[in-house]
Amino acid sequence: MSGTLKNLTLKIWRQSGPNDSGRFDTHVIDEITDEASFLEMLDILNERLVESGEDAVVFDHDCREGICGTCSLMINGQAHGPERATATCQLHMRKFSSGDTIVIEPWRASAFPIVRDLMVDRSAFDRIVESGGFITAATGGAPDANLTPIPKPVADAAMDAAQCIGCGACVAACPNGAANLFTGAKVTHLNLLPQGQAERYQRVENMVETMDDHFGSCTNHGECEAACPKEISIDVIALMNADYRKAKTINRKSLSRA
Amino acid sequence: MSMTLDRPTLDSKTPEGPLADKWDNFKANERLVNPANKRKFKVIVVGTGLAGASAAATLAELGYQVDAFTFHDSPRRAHSIAAQGGINAAKNYRGDGDSVHRLFYDTIKGGDFRSRESNVHRLAQVSVNIIDQMVAQGVPFAREYGGMLDNRSFGGAQVSRTFYARGQTGQQLLLGAYQQLARQIGIGNVRLFNRTELVDVVNIDGRCAGIVVRDLMTGEVSSHSAHAVVLATGGYGNVFFLSTNAMACNVTAAWRAHRRGALFANPCYTQIHPTCIPQSDDFQSKLTLMSESLRNDGRVWVPKMAGDSRAPQDIPESDRDYYLERLYPSFGNLAPRDISSRAAKRAIDSGQGVGPKQNGVYLDFADAIGRLGRNVVAERYGNLFDMYERITGENPYETPMRIYPASHYTMGGLWVDYELMTTIPGLYAAGEANFSDHGANRLGASALMQGLADGYFVLPYTISNYLSQWLNKSIPDTSHPEFARVEAEARDRYHRLASIGGTRSPDYFHRELGKIIWDYCGMERTEAGLDKALSEIPALYEEFSKDLRVTGGEDGLNQTLEKAGRVEDFFELGMLMCRDALEREESCGGHFRAEHQTEDGEALRDDENFAHVSAWEWTGDAKQPTLHKEPLAYEEVGFQTRSYK
Repeated sequence: MSGTLKNLTLKIWRQSGPNDSGRFDTHVIDEITDEASFLEMLDILNERLVESGEDAVVFDHDCREGICGTCSLMINGQAHGPERATATCQLHMRKFSSGDTIVIEPWRASAFPIVRDLMVDRSAFDRIVESGGFITAATGGAPDANLTPIPKPVADAAMDAAQCIGCGACVAACPNGAANLFTGAKVTHLNLLPQGQAERYQRVENMVETMDDHFGSCTNHGECEAACPKEISIDVIALMNADYRKAKTINRKSLSRA
Repeated sequence: MSMTLDRPTLDSKTPEGPLADKWDNFKANERLVNPANKRKFKVIVVGTGLAGASAAATLAELGYQVDAFTFHDSPRRAHSIAAQGGINAAKNYRGDGDSVHRLFYDTIKGGDFRSRESNVHRLAQVSVNIIDQMVAQGVPFAREYGGMLDNRSFGGAQVSRTFYARGQTGQQLLLGAYQQLARQIGIGNVRLFNRTELVDVVNIDGRCAGIVVRDLMTGEVSSHSAHAVVLATGGYGNVFFLSTNAMACNVTAAWRAHRRGALFANPCYTQIHPTCIPQSDDFQSKLTLMSESLRNDGRVWVPKMAGDSRAPQDIPESDRDYYLERLYPSFGNLAPRDISSRAAKRAIDSGQGVGPKQNGVYLDFADAIGRLGRNVVAERYGNLFDMYERITGENPYETPMRIYPASHYTMGGLWVDYELMTTIPGLYAAGEANFSDHGANRLGASALMQGLADGYFVLPYTISNYLSQWLNKSIPDTSHPEFARVEAEARDRYHRLASIGGTRSPDYFHRELGKIIWDYCGMERTEAGLDKALSEIPALYEEFSKDLRVTGGEDGLNQTLEKAGRVEDFFELGMLMCRDALEREESCGGHFRAEHQTEDGEALRDDENFAHVSAWEWTGDAKQPTLHKEPLAYEEVGFQTRSYK
């Protein structure tokens, strides 16, 4: 049942804009119930700051159900904090103890420039999807949904990959700032399905190369998988790499034109 | 040249012919724009949820120039993503007696005979196309071992017509629509304006000429003109402060359009979802939904004895009241949302509530785990069980979940005609932002269906009927002085909010407003309570206008200022909701007036006096709106008492 945490020290990253050097501000939370979510604690802090005339801490958040992928935060150096398979918005204070010092930072990756305080710009993810993370099927004219049976294990594996919420924890956790787990998840989702076969090799080539324009290179640390709130398996990177290698042969016509 | 609109009229523009032929008749007779001419038209789509993303992508595929706006960092964040349980479609893949007519009828009945028959029938017709379209796009719906699509059942239906992707159907559908939109952005057919919020609508010469927006990163206010504007900006459930909506969900776009002449219909029709995790503390900012699909296998009960404090495992069967199964034997735990919510409220009001604050009822999976095994239950609901445990610290495989009703969806919204056009020519509303399809209560798994129906299969057809008249005619661009005037008003407004210099944050006022609305315009409404709300809300609004404190200035990124603008719009909407609830002296669906109930506590409709849509006109004074009525006539189904017994 519920209890109360006392005397928490928050060290929060404040940065006025992309070109500011930034600093840590310290705030003390005297008392908070352990039923509170981590972001509710920040809400309370912000209300206190505003009512005392100071600027609120800027952070991204929205659904608070762990599905929209808007929230972020490095909490004590861990993307989304200490609870496994949990986005920051679903992290609750019962995972902390009285007297704790909690360090709160934004995602840190060169592809995610800091906008202000704890908010970063993750639009590079959208560029990857725009380059090929779709199946071209214009509205209208789709055949009956049961026309192509999809074996359950295939549909399930595609769904496992499709669960990605696009939060960017994988990039933030990666020492190289790579986006291979994010890109691999989308490639795997679409490339496993029968509907995705027509564009399979063009898709993987375009997406991998757009990814490389923005992000660092993967060296198989595996930090991404550990940080992922949806527990996307690092296998998706292997599947993406295998398809990319094949694509370089299969798409060689386009190579020769280059 | 007139900036004002003609007096609003409520012509639903329902096509001629028998109900089942109306949509075909519309398509046969509408005006089209030929493919080469489509690129001459610009359409603005505000919002990138299911309705907005599907509309923007489809309009761009057809060849229109599309500008899409979202206040999120990415279109993929829209709150459609949080829908869990599924999407309905009259595919009849189970062979269990489903049909377009049955889905239509279930929706009309679910809406308690307060929706427009022709719109609902079209919705049921196009539902089958949605599933085909989403599968073609790669949405990984659940499948059976033979590879065919699986279905589950949902509240208010006696067939299994709900398609699902684990407990994340909304996510998978939204990502499908987002991917289709991303493709159009990538090839340059759609220009995306992210982190940009609509702050006003501009009308010139009796038609919507464009919008004024605020760049949330810079605070800059700017104008965008177009031939037509689509608002797909969601519902207003956050007026309750505590709701299952995302934190940023708001009524601002719809409300700003309302203030510029779009009638707002049935604002008192709000849906209170029966299965949310109960509130644990006063400062809580958000409630979390547990999918209705859980009621397929979970059994709802409370202790028979008020104040029974035994652990659930220690309460024998004979001391439990499975009240939904008892009261509504033919639908049981799958009774519709409004009915289940009120039944839970009655149980808790009579002292049978469970949990530390006695504010919940049990949703128990012990029988399902015994019958199906833990693995099958985990496969169906695993992610929901995990989410419940993260929030409450309790394991639902071992102890029953505790649930309670919470604000979830709003059936009311901008009044639209059959073509989804508001009373402002050229301004459309799609998805939850409009009022048209769900009547006084929405059935589970029908919000995703309606959002995608509007965006994929309705708007792309209906919009050409309006656009065609503007071919090769010039329309005002943003150099027109009216844009500058509206921009200046918007800047003044944010300046005013930023410089009140009081003592209380926007959150404080939002929370206080939410309490008033929940207490007097929530699950049960009375004349006295609504009168009280209508005196308390203006008083609180007065306090807001004097005592609001927004720090951080008006230039540049300021989340506190964004919030202040949204809360101010909720104040005016809240007054309209209560006015509408007061005026509607009957009970129907989600609108329950305590004065109007049957002997056994069910909603008592008054078809003689209230079989109409209440569409409200802004008069410049939030306390004095003008009511217009669209009569509801049922050609196909007669009025019936809605029973799930």
